[in-house]
Amino acid sequence: MGNITTIAKRELSAYFASPVAYVFIVIFLLLTGFFTFMVGGFFERNEANLTAFFLWHPWLYLFLVPAVGMRVWSEERRQGTIELLMTMPITPWQAIMGKFLASWAFLALALALTFPVVVTVKYLGNPDLGVAAGSYIGSLLLAGAYLAITCLTSALTRNQVVAFIISVVICLFLILAGWPPVTNILTKALPDNRWIVELVSAFSVMTHFEDFQRGVVDSRHLLFFLSVIGFSLFSTSVVLRSLRS
Amino acid sequence: MIKVENLTKSFGPKMAVNNVSFTVQRGEVLGFLGPNGAGKSTTMRMVTGFLPPTAGRVTIGTHDMLEDPVPAKRLIGYLPESAPCYSDMTVHGFLSFAAEIRGLRGDAIKTAVQRAVEMCFLENVLHQSVDTLSKGYRHRTCFAQSIIHDPEILVMDEPTDGLDPNQKHEIRQLIKRMGEKKAIIFSTHILEEVEAVCSRAIIIDRGTVVANGTPQELKRKAPNAGAILLRVTGVAAEAVTGKLRAVDGAERVQLVKEEGSTVTVRVLPKSSANGEFSRAVGAAAQGWRVEELHIEEGKLDEYFRSITASDTAKK
Repeated sequence: MGNITTIAKRELSAYFASPVAYVFIVIFLLLTGFFTFMVGGFFERNEANLTAFFLWHPWLYLFLVPAVGMRVWSEERRQGTIELLMTMPITPWQAIMGKFLASWAFLALALALTFPVVVTVKYLGNPDLGVAAGSYIGSLLLAGAYLAITCLTSALTRNQVVAFIISVVICLFLILAGWPPVTNILTKALPDNRWIVELVSAFSVMTHFEDFQRGVVDSRHLLFFLSVIGFSLFSTSVVLRSLRS
Repeated sequence: MIKVENLTKSFGPKMAVNNVSFTVQRGEVLGFLGPNGAGKSTTMRMVTGFLPPTAGRVTIGTHDMLEDPVPAKRLIGYLPESAPCYSDMTVHGFLSFAAEIRGLRGDAIKTAVQRAVEMCFLENVLHQSVDTLSKGYRHRTCFAQSIIHDPEILVMDEPTDGLDPNQKHEIRQLIKRMGEKKAIIFSTHILEEVEAVCSRAIIIDRGTVVANGTPQELKRKAPNAGAILLRVTGVAAEAVTGKLRAVDGAERVQLVKEEGSTVTVRVLPKSSANGEFSRAVGAAAQGWRVEELHIEEGKLDEYFRSITASDTAKK
């Protein structure tokens, strides 16, 4: 545990050593505001809830999370510091967890800074704060799933840009598989085989994020996000081991 | 402290390291020599646990590197070839991180960083970002990282590469001093470094160990070791070589240089040099104006060239 904390501390300080972290947070907050109030039509809805806010998170994270996570392993490989890291008295798993948790904590910080939206809604009406809490948990898990995928693609290459693009593509697939316009097409194409549509959309983050937005923290959805994270991080460890042989 | 047995590493069909065995005891400095691509770095990476070997064993202290990597790695300080550092950190931050991940806590981190900074002369750049450092400073920062926890074993891949002559000298002195209490392996291309620092040297070529011994032993095996070099003035070259060729025990006489009336020749003995032979050469030189006469010690780089294959040499 101590080693994980040490690694995580170093990673976090690396984020804040450059202006990139602050720029990222500002962009994230501007975009969430823009999508909530301009695109999502927050005021036109005339409802004191956060639907217009959380609705856009899968799309926002699609670009922002890979941008945060792309450097995690590719930069170690490019600079050769992976040789230092892997000869330190730690297990590869500790390094993987430390790096993942640091980036996740950074995303959590960015997400936490959206609290003025909650304050606004509370001021305007009487929202269900339980729903807001559930949505925040779902949003954080969603970011974690994207991030774990980015960690994996980042371990695959020395090039951050390549890592970014591959993870955007994978995350986009995870969105589209359960996005209503796509599922509708599938349903029309395969009217007799509903189970195929359900199978495909079961892989989508949209399907699993939906219930969180209603404030329901269902163990099945929890399990989905945690298993995406677990699987991606495990694959990262396999990739890192194969790099060294 | 370090025991390497039958270490083998292949990358696909290419054998990078083939059946290498050696041991290093406490108080020993082992120099690792070899042409580029001979397998020095690969061997070191296996010793430090970065690369898993295809076959063979590495034992660090009492720990097997494959089965018990974490305690084994705890005993080692490692300076990789390109001296990588986290470029987004300051020197102080980087060294503190290295100390912490090595298991030091609280005040122990401060004292360890302080000690390493003093040993590697990093005071001037302590709060500078690694990004902005010159190559020499960056190298020494990585060096400082490797000794931060005062390890019992040090593995250094070309520790003096890219340093200026003063820094090279400092680092050599440092290695020599630390070598009294630690087990050290370091690789280098600079053969004089081996003579200056190492208690033992291994020459590796195309993945296999081709020589293993003290620098003196290796030097004695050089082709010219024991030959007598003679410089005389005022005698014709033919006369000198002719007379020396007739000396008892002389294998061959080489004309090294002819400069005006000065002739330099080398007399190679049949067997290893002894007093008899040098006296015989001295007797033959009777009556010449001898400017210089000495027994050659043998040079490490001559020996190195004679046993390693060069990829620039014509086949």
